Amino acid sequence: MVNILDRKKTAAQIVAGARNQEKMSAYELINGIFENFFELHGDRLSGDDAAIVGGIATLADKSVTVIATNKGESAQERMLTHFGCPQPSGYRKALRLIRQAEKFGRPVFIFVNTAGAYPGKSAEESGQGEALARNLLEISEVKVPIISVIYGEGGSGGALALACGDSVWMVENSMYSVLSPEGFAAILWKDSKRADEAAEVMQLTPEKLLAQKVIEGIIPESHSHKRVCRAIKKTIEQEMKELMSLSPNELLVKRYERFRKF
Amino acid sequence: MQLFNELKTLGQQHIKADKKAGERVPSGLWIACPKCHQSLYHKDLGTYQVCPNCEYGFRITARERLAWLVDDFKELDADMKTTDPLNFPDYNKKLEKSRRNTGLNDSILTGIAKIQTEEFALGIMDPNFIMGSMGTVTGEKITHLFEDALKKRLPVILFTASGGARMQEGIFSLMQMAKISAAVRRHSNEGLLYITVLTDPTTGGVTASFAMQGDIILAEPRVLIGFAGKRVIEQTIHQKVPNNLQDAETVLERGFIDAIVQRRDLKQKLEWLLESHSKGGLVNG
Repeated sequence: MVNILDRKKTAAQIVAGARNQEKMSAYELINGIFENFFELHGDRLSGDDAAIVGGIATLADKSVTVIATNKGESAQERMLTHFGCPQPSGYRKALRLIRQAEKFGRPVFIFVNTAGAYPGKSAEESGQGEALARNLLEISEVKVPIISVIYGEGGSGGALALACGDSVWMVENSMYSVLSPEGFAAILWKDSKRADEAAEVMQLTPEKLLAQKVIEGIIPESHSHKRVCRAIKKTIEQEMKELMSLSPNELLVKRYERFRKF
Repeated sequence: MQLFNELKTLGQQHIKADKKAGERVPSGLWIACPKCHQSLYHKDLGTYQVCPNCEYGFRITARERLAWLVDDFKELDADMKTTDPLNFPDYNKKLEKSRRNTGLNDSILTGIAKIQTEEFALGIMDPNFIMGSMGTVTGEKITHLFEDALKKRLPVILFTASGGARMQEGIFSLMQMAKISAAVRRHSNEGLLYITVLTDPTTGGVTASFAMQGDIILAEPRVLIGFAGKRVIEQTIHQKVPNNLQDAETVLERGFIDAIVQRRDLKQKLEWLLESHSKGGLVNG
């Protein structure tokens, strides 16, 4: 216990850690945890957003659906994914894959590392608000377990729309908040340079969020990507086992209560 | 100047500025419409507070709207107050000011209402309460309204007006979006009707949750509807966005709302919609 307190980080350090360029990419993470990943594209409505990667994979000999936000690796990819900020078509793709998982009884795993839903002209035109709203509405009654892991930034409604299932975990260096600390400081104090101060009052660190029961737990992180993948895998396998033992009805009641308490 | 000096009646002493004149002129008589920029005499806005030039509905308090909207109303959860979960500096001061201005304890008024004989659960957000932002109390009152409506098998009508999530309540504000959505879904699963009326402005977390989940989504003319604010978009992607990008009319064209209804027609249109969805859809039945 003393050990943990000794290396306690400030909120600003956690934010910096969450945004670290060394974080794993979506593909590295998926392939590090799951086997036989088969990617599926498109939202069947308007397009295919590179900022959301999804498909079918295997975990502990079970067929599962995997979805992850993707920041991209090269400069070109990062432009294409808007640095990991999904478009409405990305959220619609995610929902399509979740509905598909439900039809075939597959649990869903979602990995979140996004500053938020993409704010832009095209996103507004194709209904960013509607896309997020629909995810929240539909996911509240999907009859298979949905487990989310925030492994970097968890920004606002864009993160919530991918973390509104049965269980949400965060890795040690990650954040989850109503808005970026910069935006928060700009709105409240009209000074985005006070972001560090904002990070502190926002209580966006995994520790604070766990205490408030916003999340289920924290996964330890280290520099070795392999070790992080192993830690995540262990946690989500255990979660899957527990959630799969519930009947669909029990699952949905539990999911309702999870948010009803706030 | 010679002439002025000679004719005493027009002398400079007679046309000196009356320094106190400004104080005697009441302020607020003339209002500029924020949409069409026309100067309007305040009485021309009328009961409904609508610009006679462009039909834009001015931002009014929830209680002002209630006065002309319903024939009967029983308020719910009137005393519910926020616990200030983040202990946020100066938040209480801000709350007190908003409470004085709106006569509400938080940004929404909820209750069971009637238009003629049609009974329904009603929520009206107040843009004058910290910009109608959605805090824990807002979320709790809306969720409770849906749960109550489900128990009583009543339709729900919500008037949205919000700058988005309440920053001072941080992550707890965000959680309200998922909480309300799940309650909307339960209500909807029972085949009950949910109508949203988007008023100025409907943005952020409110757009991204219950505002866009109505079976029927109406909007007042020219109101702002969007997810990310214009300034946020411009400062993030460094591109100018067109002025009308988030006007109700544009959003209608893009396929996200069902109809734009003028304020003075709202009561009658809502009554008709309620009637056409009650009694198994048999109008006059």
